[in-house]
Amino acid sequence: MERILTYPQAILEATKNEMSRDESVVVMGQGVDDPKAILGTTLGLLEEFGPQRVFDTPLAEDGMTGVAIGMALGGLRPIQTHIRMDFMLLAMNQIVNMAAKMSYMSGGRLNVPLVIRSMIGKSWGQGPQHSQSLYPMFMNVAGLKVVAPSTPYDAKGCLIAAIRDNNPVIFIEHRLLYYQKGPVPEEDYTVDISKARVLTEGSDITLIGVSSMAVECLRAEKFLKEVGLQAEVIDPISLNPIDIETIIKSVKKTKHVVIVDNAWVQAGFGSEIISRLWENGLSSEVKVKRIGFAATPCPTTPTLEEHFYPNAKGIASFAYAMLRPKEKAWEPSTKLEIEEIEFKGPF
Amino acid sequence: MFDQKKYQDIYRTLYLIRRVEEEIGRIYPSDKIKSPVHLSIGQEAVSVAVCSALDERDAVFATYRSHAAYLAKGGNLKEMIAELYGKQTGCAKGKGGSMHLLDPSCGFIVTSAIVATTIPLAVGYAYSLKLKKSDSVVVVFFGDGAVDEGAFHESLNFAALKKLPVLFVCENNLYAIHSHFLTRHHSDNIFKRAASYGMASECLKEDDLGVIYQRTKFFVDQIRQGSGPAFLECYTCRWREHVGPNDDFHLGYRSEQEVSHCKDNDQLKKIRAEIEPSVIKKINQKVEQQIEDAFIFAEKSPFPGKEELMTDVFKD
Repeated sequence: MERILTYPQAILEATKNEMSRDESVVVMGQGVDDPKAILGTTLGLLEEFGPQRVFDTPLAEDGMTGVAIGMALGGLRPIQTHIRMDFMLLAMNQIVNMAAKMSYMSGGRLNVPLVIRSMIGKSWGQGPQHSQSLYPMFMNVAGLKVVAPSTPYDAKGCLIAAIRDNNPVIFIEHRLLYYQKGPVPEEDYTVDISKARVLTEGSDITLIGVSSMAVECLRAEKFLKEVGLQAEVIDPISLNPIDIETIIKSVKKTKHVVIVDNAWVQAGFGSEIISRLWENGLSSEVKVKRIGFAATPCPTTPTLEEHFYPNAKGIASFAYAMLRPKEKAWEPSTKLEIEEIEFKGPF
Repeated sequence: MFDQKKYQDIYRTLYLIRRVEEEIGRIYPSDKIKSPVHLSIGQEAVSVAVCSALDERDAVFATYRSHAAYLAKGGNLKEMIAELYGKQTGCAKGKGGSMHLLDPSCGFIVTSAIVATTIPLAVGYAYSLKLKKSDSVVVVFFGDGAVDEGAFHESLNFAALKKLPVLFVCENNLYAIHSHFLTRHHSDNIFKRAASYGMASECLKEDDLGVIYQRTKFFVDQIRQGSGPAFLECYTCRWREHVGPNDDFHLGYRSEQEVSHCKDNDQLKKIRAEIEPSVIKKINQKVEQQIEDAFIFAEKSPFPGKEELMTDVFKD
């Protein structure tokens, strides 16, 4: 029987696996050793691996990122956590000026095996400074790898791969994904952190969703099925580098693509994908649509927030309008709970 | 204060640094050097004193003004000059330049063009040493400008909290580019602030190589025995402009007299006085040859080919 884990359980299992396998792996960040243990993802690590390898940090994002880089130069493999991605802005200097450039500006003599885990917040009144999803900024920096897996299986495999990678990896987890369950093998495995994953196959339209938007795309795919449309849903997983081949292959088949960013639309993942499709000769015959956050800071009140984020119904409506332009607008009426979208695999 | 051999070693390094930088200054207008240079002339005594008190196993982190520290820790001279020339044989294959010197093979780990960024790196490196139960010590050099940055304070706090084996060395030349310390801070009390984070801390105002050596030796021994971090604020004086090979008295932010006062305290001359002239002559000849060889090496080395552009972004 397949073993089912939640997303945070998969993260914890990957971390434990690597800490047991390799003494140089350490976990650091605000709250990693407290009772809440970063939503359970670091639970028990302190007891198992001790305070030298699992430690809380002062509220000093810039300095502590520099410390993590120095630890990496000294032969450790730190995993640094930010329970809100917004706080990574305080560490941009070290991430962009130091971690991303260390290998290059040393002519390859140094390297920084560092994983920076960060969580994107949403809902429950997170508001403008607890909900940001800054991956497009990191996508723009040469020398960083950026991954945002959406399934528990990929969360475990990608995190293990990121820890073993010899370079800085920004590892992005959406808090809504923490409710996801799915099959996760007990054994040690890695997932290639440069490859996208096709979550469902379909022939009419390609839906690409970043992080938790992959789940929204899966819900949209269910809605579309009700009106006889087959969507192919892709989780890009890696945002830098981008596995454009997998996307091209799908879009060549479907000729229609909706890219759902988990961030603002301008200069986002969607913009990048459409540029690459165009550069690869897929232009006039392909219909494209970008969806993402409204071009505003995130409002706190639910009545506004509801309109700020893309959702499955909206994605399905856009897809429908793109595929059936002559028919009148359609919006799914059925209600799907997020728990209904569980990843069944096998992957 | 030193035995004759140590005097000669120290003199050799001081003279090497002074002469290398004078040569850099001489050649700079030819545009053969392909990156901005921040000369250490006048500040060499701090680097030489501190590095002379270290062992090979100890690690050094420094800044964009690090020609002196690089050479004092034993960094490869040919690779340094080739790096300044942007050549493939440079210590970073020409991808770094003067502000990014490194020679990890001798413990000169890394430098950076962004003020204060290597301070937390040194602290993290010290954390890794502690975890590995190594008895090496980390030294990080930075200027008084770094004291303005948050990372300085964050790093000191964490180093003290975890009792890490790191010696912080502030080279206080009083100016961040052209801004005097007291136009940026309420009080001239850097070393006291360091002490407030929970570490032994001293201020050495006299820019005396022997004194800096002695205090470094004392703190490094303590740190090796597990005392946790320590801090040395060393007053020093940059003789030339912030960046580039010339002086800058025409700018008016400091007087020529202020610097000539420092020149009277030139530690190179002071150490030279402790050594027989015939020995000095021999050392000088050898160093001059070494420098000539390094510049010839840099001149003759190839520039990196186009294929180098895309290498080293990531490590496999």
